[in-house]
Amino acid sequence: MPSLKDLKNRIESVKNTRKITKAMQMVAAAKLRRAQEAAEAGRPYSEGMNKVMRSLAAAAADGEGPKLLAGTGSDQTHLLVVMTAERGLCGGFNSSIVKLARQKIEDLQALGKTVKILTVGRKGRDQMKREFEDLMVGHVDLSDVKRVGYENATAIARDLLARYEAGEFDVATIFFSRFESVISQVPTEAQIIPVAPAEAEAGEEESGKVVYEFEPGEEEILTELLPRAVATQLFSALLENAASEQGARMSAMDNATRNAGEMIDKLTIQYNRSRQAAITTELIEIIAGAEAL
Amino acid sequence: MAETMQFDLVSPEKRLASFAARAVQVPGSEGEMTVMPGHAPVITTLRPGIVRASGESGEEEFIVTQGIAEISSDSVMIVAEQSFPRSEMKRSDLERLLEEARARAAAASEEERLTAEKFVEELVHFIEMME
Repeated sequence: MPSLKDLKNRIESVKNTRKITKAMQMVAAAKLRRAQEAAEAGRPYSEGMNKVMRSLAAAAADGEGPKLLAGTGSDQTHLLVVMTAERGLCGGFNSSIVKLARQKIEDLQALGKTVKILTVGRKGRDQMKREFEDLMVGHVDLSDVKRVGYENATAIARDLLARYEAGEFDVATIFFSRFESVISQVPTEAQIIPVAPAEAEAGEEESGKVVYEFEPGEEEILTELLPRAVATQLFSALLENAASEQGARMSAMDNATRNAGEMIDKLTIQYNRSRQAAITTELIEIIAGAEAL
Repeated sequence: MAETMQFDLVSPEKRLASFAARAVQVPGSEGEMTVMPGHAPVITTLRPGIVRASGESGEEEFIVTQGIAEISSDSVMIVAEQSFPRSEMKRSDLERLLEEARARAAAASEEERLTAEKFVEELVHFIEMME
């Protein structure tokens, strides 16, 4: 049985913890709003990019097309880009992305493919390192970045393209978390190299059929556009990830705050009982003493 | 024939403009062009320059560096890597862009150097024109 003083100390410390988690929850809520706005602001661009890509891909479908669109003709070496957060304390956010990536690695290895891993974000690197250290080929550190910008995405894209040109891999897949709502973030994988234009949505079919003229030629436009399409996909993944991270952190901290509250209630009851017991014991002692006289 | 067409200008970080325009001047890489409703469908890359769109509420100007324009008979969509309203853009900003482009050209690999240097040249040309 802990003493009264111990209980009091524990209640105090849980209260402090609750203050911290509450504050973190509010910070995450504010950041989430900003991240969501950024994700929404980025959507027209990636949609526009996709639309142009579809028109181009349709026009270039009959030809060979550049390597970025057509692939290297093999799928022996896979590069997995695992995008996670720089910080923890956000529930299962990082783990679920890593779990999806691990599953994929095992599947690919079972098929006899070579797997390489590039991590974005410290948490993912730490978790992947435990099992797959020998597969890791690089890491992108975003810990100094307050708000992910397009230039972060272009930097990653440039790195990927240089590796692709050097023949380091045939297929690149990104792993990130798609933001559905505050309580639901879906770990997602998406292939970015070779570039696969997203399927046209229903209702957009009509515009896809227009035959475009190209200035300069299709090839030139494709060589200019494809690297940018990669960067765009990375950028929207980064934005989705940022929003998901804050959402996950918010609900994790909300849970933590609630748990702390429950714990305080429980400890308080225990404290009161012990106090009552101590008083009763004391009374019994006094009465027993008085009767003995 | 419709009087106006849908004009959209988007950059990775935000949507800069979206309105009905009567004419849009686009700095295509093969030359300036003015697009009016009913234009033949064209996809063109852009070089640094000014996008000028005249709509109901007057003319709006934007500076774009690189990007792509998708033109169809009833819409113009410009997907620009970097874009700013002209009124917000000062000479010093342009020079900063140029500085960055130069740095990138210097650091670029063999194959990329040509494109990067071409971009620097076009930017210099554009800044001279602005004066």
